[in-house]
Amino acid sequence: MRLDPITTPSPARTVGLPALALGATVLVAMGLALIAGADPLATLGLIVKGAAGSKFALLETLNRATPLIFTGLAISVAFRAKLWNIGAEAQLYVGALVTVVIGTQLGLPGPLALPLMALGAVLAGALVLLGPVLLKTRLGVDEVVTTLLLNFIMALFISYLLEGPLKDPMGMGWPKSPALPRDARLPRIVEGLRLHWGFGLALISALGVWIMQTRTTLGYEIRATGLNPEAARFAGIPVGRVLVKTALISGGLAALAGFSEVAGLKGNLTADLSPGFGYTGIVVAMLALLHPLGVVVSALFVAGVFVGADSMSRAAGVPTYIADILLATALLFMVLAILLTKVRVVRG
Amino acid sequence: MTEIIDILISASFWAAVLRIASPLIFATLGELICERAGVLNLGIEGIMVFGAFAGWMAVYAGFGLWPGVLVALLAGMAFGALHALLTVPFGLSQHVVGLGITMLATSSAYYAYRLALPEVTSPPRIDPFQPLHIPVLSDIPWLGQALFSQTALTWAAFGCAALVALVLYRTPLGLAVRAAGENPQAVEAQGLSVAAIRMGAVIVGSGLMAVGGAFLTMSAFSSFFFEMVNGRGWICIALVVFGAWKPGKALLGALLFAGFDALQIRLQQTPMGQLVPYQVFLMIPYVLSILALILMSRRAEVPAALMTPFNRGER
Amino acid sequence: MAQAQEAQDVVLRLSGITKRFGALTANDAISFSLARGEVVALLGENGAGKTTLMNILFGHYTADAGTVEVFGQPLPPGLPGAALAAGVGMVHQHFTLSGNMTVLENILLGTAPLWRPGLGRAAARRRVEQLSRDFGLAVHPDARVATLSVGERQRVEILKALYRDARILILDEPTAVLTPQESDALFETLRKAVAQGLSVIFISHKLHEVMAASSRVLVLRHGRLVGEVPTAETDRHQLAALMVGAEITPPAPAEARPGATLLTLKNVSTPTRGNRTGLRGIDLELKAGQILGLAGVSGNGQGALADLLSGLETPSAGIMELAGTEVTTWTPRDALQARIGRIPEDRHKTGTIADFTLTENAVLERYAQPPVARRGWMDWSAARRAAEQIIESYDVRCPGPDTRIRLLSGGNMQKLILGRVLGAQPRIILANQPVRGLDIGAVTYVQERLIAARDAGAAVLLISEDLDEVLTLSDVVRVICEGRLSPEFPRGSKTPAELGQWMAGQGFSDAA
Repeated sequence: MRLDPITTPSPARTVGLPALALGATVLVAMGLALIAGADPLATLGLIVKGAAGSKFALLETLNRATPLIFTGLAISVAFRAKLWNIGAEAQLYVGALVTVVIGTQLGLPGPLALPLMALGAVLAGALVLLGPVLLKTRLGVDEVVTTLLLNFIMALFISYLLEGPLKDPMGMGWPKSPALPRDARLPRIVEGLRLHWGFGLALISALGVWIMQTRTTLGYEIRATGLNPEAARFAGIPVGRVLVKTALISGGLAALAGFSEVAGLKGNLTADLSPGFGYTGIVVAMLALLHPLGVVVSALFVAGVFVGADSMSRAAGVPTYIADILLATALLFMVLAILLTKVRVVRG
Repeated sequence: MTEIIDILISASFWAAVLRIASPLIFATLGELICERAGVLNLGIEGIMVFGAFAGWMAVYAGFGLWPGVLVALLAGMAFGALHALLTVPFGLSQHVVGLGITMLATSSAYYAYRLALPEVTSPPRIDPFQPLHIPVLSDIPWLGQALFSQTALTWAAFGCAALVALVLYRTPLGLAVRAAGENPQAVEAQGLSVAAIRMGAVIVGSGLMAVGGAFLTMSAFSSFFFEMVNGRGWICIALVVFGAWKPGKALLGALLFAGFDALQIRLQQTPMGQLVPYQVFLMIPYVLSILALILMSRRAEVPAALMTPFNRGER
Repeated sequence: MAQAQEAQDVVLRLSGITKRFGALTANDAISFSLARGEVVALLGENGAGKTTLMNILFGHYTADAGTVEVFGQPLPPGLPGAALAAGVGMVHQHFTLSGNMTVLENILLGTAPLWRPGLGRAAARRRVEQLSRDFGLAVHPDARVATLSVGERQRVEILKALYRDARILILDEPTAVLTPQESDALFETLRKAVAQGLSVIFISHKLHEVMAASSRVLVLRHGRLVGEVPTAETDRHQLAALMVGAEITPPAPAEARPGATLLTLKNVSTPTRGNRTGLRGIDLELKAGQILGLAGVSGNGQGALADLLSGLETPSAGIMELAGTEVTTWTPRDALQARIGRIPEDRHKTGTIADFTLTENAVLERYAQPPVARRGWMDWSAARRAAEQIIESYDVRCPGPDTRIRLLSGGNMQKLILGRVLGAQPRIILANQPVRGLDIGAVTYVQERLIAARDAGAAVLLISEDLDEVLTLSDVVRVICEGRLSPEFPRGSKTPAELGQWMAGQGFSDAA
């Protein structure tokens, strides 16, 4: 077989194939429910209801989407430059760590503490990704493996801190940090609704990234570097510097996920702060085709699947890991579908 | 320093090195085969998880140990086939597909585990592979315990390394695999199918990764728990680079790495080790992997067509 | 009886081969046959359909209609192995060799069943050595291919075919990368092959070689077979007319009026990077209003010199002066600011970004300057106007500025690059293989624009592996070999054969 490019794909192809990919994912969901001995349609219904069936469910989904928007943006910015940042998990944790340290150790008043916490988190996240990127641009060390391995190193570092210097003395022996003071937490967007300003910040970030990518010279440089670094370098684009800038933005965005989770939702740092938001961000970004505004939509979808699966699992007895399987299949189906909107499979 | 010397002269240390190296050898060889044919397989971590689960589950279900290994192998090959289908004929991003396979394989293993054992808090144990008693050799004092007290799977890992080296360098098949990773056009021009060679390499390589995972549940430990692979797959990718894409060097790399790992585990128990947080010791494997990548960055002999998809008729 | 004899002598027969790509008919009902012991030249311009035809013969493409017969047996379509097994060997224009493997390994690839246990190196080595002697193809079987010269690599390609007992050899533009002397050696090998009963198809667009080496000529134009003549009964003019469909008049530049020296290299060296030869102490002057043509076999330092002028490389020794100012370290951006216009060798990989639109590609070299950008913000309407201007002034055929450039033909892509480069009114122009792979119309267009730029006062450095092109356009010629430069030869002072000797390294003072 051979792939021939399609110059002008039909609308049926560009819309139909991604829809088919989502449809196939739904079929997989039903199959998994069947294997678990549950009624497939009822399982689907429970997932949807659990994700968006009530005000509580919807707010839960929005809350879950917030860190995913940040990590999804972090990944989409990096992947645009073909910078394979798989270390958003580590950047998230370092962001959360700096947030907690600034919030609990400096004793600053809230209006001053919050911006400083965010800024510190961004800087720390940027620095964590800077290392692998410099290794890539200076020595040609593949960043996929280094960023992946840093996730494990960071997890152990956090674990050490939570059992040692950063351990909450009032924590009944649990490895967790002291809690942020009340005034160093992100306020709710609407009083009485459990949705904090981290979500607002995520939306603003998405808009900011979109403007950066389409309207600024940096966005142009990032896209050129990602699509063809050789031509970019020849045209006078400082490819190494562009990658460093991309890394700073990407690491900073991922760290904001940690800031928002700690300052908006949890109030303190634990080793299980993130159930893999950094990795799930890859799915979010890919489903959005790396478009920053699409990231918001796909983060809501992904969060919905997780929240819905959690609540379905309690009711129907299907393991929650169904959500992870579905997202992985959605990712694989979607990349294939998007390819097939651009090429045709030919024999010979 | 005396602590380190004490560790190095203990026979159990050397036995542990061989044991710790075994899963790494299988998985590193698997990754090496894929990359030699031109395909980066980031599915390795998840395939190892699934292999660990599938082999263990098969034994738990009453299949016996070797059939369990076979089940793991076949499961790994199935995920390899999916990876190969998406990255070879369709030429999709090997990064994205690989990570997707890792997510899919990991979550499938966890899902199946929860379905099979919904209520358990601690996973059931199986009777794992036992050390093989080799006449004469195993009875040599010290040396017998240090080197000849391993399970059949460990010996299989070393056999695999020899076999992979033999096939790659001494057979027409190996020549074709290497050429597919160097210059797929040359393979196509000689009337061979690049797609078939690459897909075959990815499928076989993924099978080996799964066997590496199965070693954890069937030889090193005796049950399956979450996070047990714990980044070993990513370490194996670093080991392939460290071994300059050569089976012999990769084997040495895995042994060296296992040596450091066995050392850090033992150092934790010493009075000196007690002074250092245990997390520092646990970081050592990951830090070493990064250092290995940095060390090899200047003289890495990367297969020229690694990560370059091949579309017939396009030149 | 005579007819039966003739039928037996036919080793290859193509009947009614037709292949369409979308609206384009690359091969239109092509039929011809090849006899035992015959050298047939397949002549045609770039895009005439020669390569498509050979890809069909080799099973890389499947024809929409028509059949291929080898030694009287029909060849199954779409199976690359079938032609090889039937005794057809192909030497591709872009060699299909693995640099990291040895000569022997490259030859052995695919010759034995994959599941056979051993490689049988010893016997294979003896056979390769025998073939080398029989056909005059000297090359060491255990050398790594990456260390071989271009000529040696071609010998490996031919050995690959002979090792498989090929009875029909197809060579795609075999002399494009050779010195005239190496070409002669190749023709000698071909004569030996024919004497042993092999048949040869020789694909070329160089008329003098076709006249020298073939016994029959087939001419392709726009996918059709437009002529089939015995070489003895034709001449270059007739063939040229057949090939192009009209008499061609190559551009004849007027006498140059060289002005001030704009760029000087004094004893400049650059490091060798990987397989790419560096420069070894060269002196060079580029003068306003003059085209300096650089001839040479590819891989002799052209890349290093081009990178040096592009800003990708800096001298490791020696002095580089731009209009009297010394350059020590610089970048592509500095080169652009010094008003050096660069037409890169590879328009797909270096010159353009395939998934960018024409607009985005048009501003690639000035995306950060007004009017396209101000203080880091892009002005897309200004960028679009710049693209529209290039499209109009340089006759770029495209659906519009928002089209992705990957959809354009090579010629139109090159016109966009030309517009981007010349639009900035460069003082120095680096034209690296500016017309390679273009059809004749685009070739003439690009060459005329370069001459016009020269007449407007630019200094032009033309790098080409095509000696004819260098001789046509250049006011002065220099030859590059192993990173060294020959003296300047004014237009018409040296014959191609004399330049060929320089290309082979003869005449340099420290020649090894």
